[in-house]
Amino acid sequence: MLSVSCLSALLLHTVCCLYIRFIFWLEILFIVAAPFSPSQIPLYTKCITRLKVILIFYILQGRTLILKDLKSHESLYLVCITQLERRMADAGNKESAPIGGDEFTNTELENNKNNTMVEEGSTLLRRMEISVAEAEKRTGKNTVNMQEIFTVYLIETRPIDAITEGHNPAPDSLWRRYSEFEILRNYLLVTYPFIVVPPLPEKRAEFVWHKLSADNMDPDFVERRRVGLENFLLRVASHSVLSNDKILYHFLTEEHRWKEVVHETGFQAKADSRIKALSATFRVKNPDKRFTEMKLYSDELQSLTSQLLRVRARVADRLYGVYKVHGNYGRVFSEWSALEKEMGDGLQSAGHHMDAYAASVDDMLEEEEHYADQLKEYLFYAEALRAVCRKHELTQYELETASSDLISKKQQREELATGMVRTFSFKGMTNKLFGQETPEQREAKLSLLEEQIVQGEETVTEKTVECEEYVKGAWVDMQRFKEQKDRDLREALIGYAVMQISMCKKGIQVWTNAKDCFHKM
Amino acid sequence: MFNASMPTSPGSMVNQCKFEEDEESDSKDIFITVDNPESHVTAIETFITYRVLTKTTRSEFDNSEYEVRRRYQDFLWLKGKLEDAHSTLIVHPLPEKFVVKGMVERFNGDFIETRRKALHKFLNRVADHPILSCSEDFKVFLSAQAWELTTYKKQGPGFLSRMGETVRAVANSVRGVKNRPEEFTAIQEYVEDFSNKIGSLDKVTQRIVKEQKEYLEELKEYGPTYTLWSGSEEELAEQLKGVAGCIERCCKETEEQVGHLSDTLVPVLHEYVLCAETLKAVLRRRDNIQAEFEAKNEALATKKVDRDAESSDLGFVWGSLLGKNPEEARHQRQERLDGEIEELKEEIDKLEDRVEWANNALKGDWGRWQRSMRGDLKSAFLSTAEKNVDYYEKYFIFIHTQITVSL
Repeated sequence: MLSVSCLSALLLHTVCCLYIRFIFWLEILFIVAAPFSPSQIPLYTKCITRLKVILIFYILQGRTLILKDLKSHESLYLVCITQLERRMADAGNKESAPIGGDEFTNTELENNKNNTMVEEGSTLLRRMEISVAEAEKRTGKNTVNMQEIFTVYLIETRPIDAITEGHNPAPDSLWRRYSEFEILRNYLLVTYPFIVVPPLPEKRAEFVWHKLSADNMDPDFVERRRVGLENFLLRVASHSVLSNDKILYHFLTEEHRWKEVVHETGFQAKADSRIKALSATFRVKNPDKRFTEMKLYSDELQSLTSQLLRVRARVADRLYGVYKVHGNYGRVFSEWSALEKEMGDGLQSAGHHMDAYAASVDDMLEEEEHYADQLKEYLFYAEALRAVCRKHELTQYELETASSDLISKKQQREELATGMVRTFSFKGMTNKLFGQETPEQREAKLSLLEEQIVQGEETVTEKTVECEEYVKGAWVDMQRFKEQKDRDLREALIGYAVMQISMCKKGIQVWTNAKDCFHKM
Repeated sequence: MFNASMPTSPGSMVNQCKFEEDEESDSKDIFITVDNPESHVTAIETFITYRVLTKTTRSEFDNSEYEVRRRYQDFLWLKGKLEDAHSTLIVHPLPEKFVVKGMVERFNGDFIETRRKALHKFLNRVADHPILSCSEDFKVFLSAQAWELTTYKKQGPGFLSRMGETVRAVANSVRGVKNRPEEFTAIQEYVEDFSNKIGSLDKVTQRIVKEQKEYLEELKEYGPTYTLWSGSEEELAEQLKGVAGCIERCCKETEEQVGHLSDTLVPVLHEYVLCAETLKAVLRRRDNIQAEFEAKNEALATKKVDRDAESSDLGFVWGSLLGKNPEEARHQRQERLDGEIEELKEEIDKLEDRVEWANNALKGDWGRWQRSMRGDLKSAFLSTAEKNVDYYEKYFIFIHTQITVSL
């Protein structure tokens, strides 16, 4: 009578045992290879230690056959391990020179902050009032020429000066559907890869509990999405860099031409290659340590918020159950009060209070959904943050590849010029076997190499600049994001505590009333 | 409620008792505790005995204090005897023999504790009853040592006579009662409805306990998630830990609340579910008594008709064949019938008294039962409501302090 999770745990156990053996072999290999690539080793050993701990956890889990979501536990263990490592690192080494970040002193950071704040004064939001006012259902033909129902959202804009001058002009408005918002966001992601781009509300309802519907057409879902879309626009329009984008302006003001305009930018091609690049695996030799840290943090944030959302949904489900069962008291008390002469009145009114108690949970949990939406925003933000870090790694990798290419080309030139073969090479072999080439051939090769070297040097310079600029811009935005996140989440947590307080107040009121009714019995 | 761990000095017991039963008159002169369950192992079986401690100033008792050990079977015996002697009085129900739902072992700690409390209540209710507490069986139950009780149990109507009674009762219940007085019909309807309602309440309350427990399970996982997150944050760590603290507090309070519900409301509702069954049985027994009376009345009427009728029955014909004088035969028959009629009349008088007594006893006890039902249920619900208010208040204060401190 093994349940599915028992079986999978057993399977995992077996796989992990085999994997552990493989890991030990890998370790030996790295120890042997250490002299040849010293800078890689710390990274590898780190990975391996981490992997070993996870696997040991899993083997122990397999033995105790726990029936929980293994995937979520894996990411949580990773979080635990990362936190541990960080604490050990903090305790251990106090000196850690970030590569590529040396030029940042505190004053420069301050300046950057000031710059951002000054620029905020001229963000789009200062000049224009934006809101997503309504949602409506439409029917139309989709790409495969089939009828479909979709929801459109009304975006209203008004220039601020007109309002402050005392007029009250009617807002300009246009309708947009969710997929158009997605296009806008993809465009922004591609055009400003160093910015942590605000996320859209979720495409499909996730982390639902039984009362919430997973249907995209459900009016509550549509309403929450409307709020989320407005939030997205407000965040983008108040961002110092993003708000100046022309495409954004067109999105808000040109209903029909917008799609053509955005496609003309050719962002789609870049978007496809971006996705491929972000998921590619490559080894970066010297990433900026701060970005590696940030990437780890973004992974942690993702795991933690998704776990939190999952458990919160289950808690909400159970709380709902508790309150609703009390509604049955209401019904039975009411029926019973018909039987009793002396207790009748007390029972009847107590029953009403029980009904009120059961009904109160609906409003409470609706408010909590808003809190969940705030957490979800930062779950998706974590993904955007991760993308920024990955992009840095990619740029750095390209720089490193270009540099090493250049070095090898220079080496080849040296060999060719001096005729000495330094390292083992195919050329050296062929020379030995088939004899050396003619001077003309050598000349041709040399001049080709010279050209390539010149090009290579240009590329390296370009890439270095690109990398530095990227790091600069991204770091500033990541700091901005961090502050925003701390602010927003703090507010959300306080809001949650306030919600709990109001739940208590309602509970006290209902049960005090019920108590009085029971007294009258 | 008496606590097994409390000191059982007479002084403290008296004070406790007075405090609890303050709605009863000050003339409470008998105090009983049931505590100290112990396991007894014999070759044949294992069973639990409870200590029954009695303190009394009543004159029927030789001593003022008694301490005996009794097992569940003894309680069953006592209840049976009380119901036999006073078939239309309402005897408080005993806890059930075993729990059908769920896998509750007889020797599970919670089960024993619940049973002990119910047995304690049972004896105290009997002691409070003006008529039942004067029963000789009750006195023996409280005072006799184990072997004395066994001897005493063996006396009394034998197995066969009890069988006969049961057969009669079944026959009467099949026959049914014809002229039930209006008030008893009303009581029966009430009992039917009450039984339904109290059964529903019992189920609802148990469902609430179940849902609360499941809620608690999820909460226990919820808090630590915030704590884990706080390890990854710098600025937010305080706030996250604050929220985690709130949730942990909620867990603690919920656990207490569930415990209170299980200890206070659930047992009371369950008792009254059993009470409803007892009431139905009492009404049935009253009906049977009346049915018996009616049956005898009908028999009398038939006999009278028989006597007055011109008969051409077989006996007469036979008698005439044997050469008996028809007149004489008729006389003999009439005399015989008259004798039987006189006997019947005597029996009917007795039965009539019995019916009247049964009805009065039930009427009197009915009022008493309703009062104590109201009192019990009111205090149980009141206590639950108070506990809930307390729950929310404590949690409220905690969150409030947390907000000012860390959030």
